[in-house]
Amino acid sequence: MLRMANLGVLERLLMDVLWDSPTPLSANDLKDSLMRPGLATKPTKPLATTTVLTVLSRLETKGFVTRDRSVRPHTYTAVMTRATHTAELMHEVLGQVPDRQAALVRFIGGVTPQEADTLRQLLGVATTDNL
Amino acid sequence: MIISAALLGVIAVILAWPFPLVLARSDWPARSPDVALVLWQTIALSGGMSMIGSLLLYGLVPFGNALPQSVIFLGDSLRSGTLPADTRFTHVLALGAAILLSTHLLLNLFATFVRAERQRRRHYTLIALLSDPLNGQPGMRVIDHPAPVAYCLPGAGHSATVLSKGLLRLLDADQVRAVIAHERAHLVQQHHLVLLAFKSWHSALPWFPIANRAENAVALLVEMIADDRARRDVDDRTLATAIALVGLGQQPEVLAAASDGESDEPWISSPERALVAPRVYRLMNQALPLSRLATMAVFVTAIALALAPAIVLLRA
Repeated sequence: MLRMANLGVLERLLMDVLWDSPTPLSANDLKDSLMRPGLATKPTKPLATTTVLTVLSRLETKGFVTRDRSVRPHTYTAVMTRATHTAELMHEVLGQVPDRQAALVRFIGGVTPQEADTLRQLLGVATTDNL
Repeated sequence: MIISAALLGVIAVILAWPFPLVLARSDWPARSPDVALVLWQTIALSGGMSMIGSLLLYGLVPFGNALPQSVIFLGDSLRSGTLPADTRFTHVLALGAAILLSTHLLLNLFATFVRAERQRRRHYTLIALLSDPLNGQPGMRVIDHPAPVAYCLPGAGHSATVLSKGLLRLLDADQVRAVIAHERAHLVQQHHLVLLAFKSWHSALPWFPIANRAENAVALLVEMIADDRARRDVDDRTLATAIALVGLGQQPEVLAAASDGESDEPWISSPERALVAPRVYRLMNQALPLSRLATMAVFVTAIALALAPAIVLLRA
């Protein structure tokens, strides 16, 4: 049995490969590309294809990859690009998604236009003092 | 019993309106935000207890002269299906309102926490896939995005502080240290619990004017408390500059320019409340904290407020 932490690491590794791949990949392709030299983080020992399949089905359930069942073996594609996922996350963080901020505590909320003027003045003072 | 009900009613009204209004308008909370936060929590707790207690005691008037006996008598009446002869419609209404209000508040609190926990899990999964650790520090993650953003994701066993590459580019090393110390304070002091409780109170009673005011006041106080923790690690000016820079960097125009057409969605200006400038002001002006005597006075008030409804209820 794999431990949870390992599964998280594997999910990350597989997603990185899928995000960088221009074409859909099968579980075997993914297994091979994980063992390719030059990858920054690598699994410590060769993975079994079944392990890769387990992780892929987890990712499918979470909505990160889609599986093409019309071909043999099945191939997998990332649902969205890494940049789109990041942009979505940032929209949530910056309060663009209503009622989605309850989960986190930000360093700064947005500033009102009046506040922006005040902050600019304060920064102006700070920078001249530093010179 | 009717006197106790009236007494609790008076406490509830005072805590629902004039008292928090004065607190929200006064200047001293910025000097000692931790002391003010205690008072806000007491207002919410004691106000809710008084409101429900007042309705309950009034509704129980026909059932007896003391709280324990009247509750037992109410149970007997419900079982036998007959009400005492002097029960009026208003008594039944008050009892119903007390039960509904307390159930509503508790269920809303529960739902708010469950929803937040679910969002947090989802967010954490995405963060694990999309971000990298910062210099191998546990719990510190860097996400590749041009907007200057820092936040913490609380949660049992998997809390994380997330910084964006935009933020690391914008701030110098000391300013980043200030941001990290600030976020760490949020995590260590579990500020999300207080924020969620007040958020739930506001969403349960949206028509209640003071609930909105309380949520905003508490949000600002929590930031100031975290700022005060960060001031122990960096000097005030560094922290103030970091806050101002990040605040300015999050304006919609700046965000749009920074993302450089990468995102199709427009950046909307969200804030309708001023939560940033007051923080910078107090750091620049170095306001002194409340004197020990004033702090004691606030704590005594808070204890009195917390005990008052409990004493009235127990003696009823």
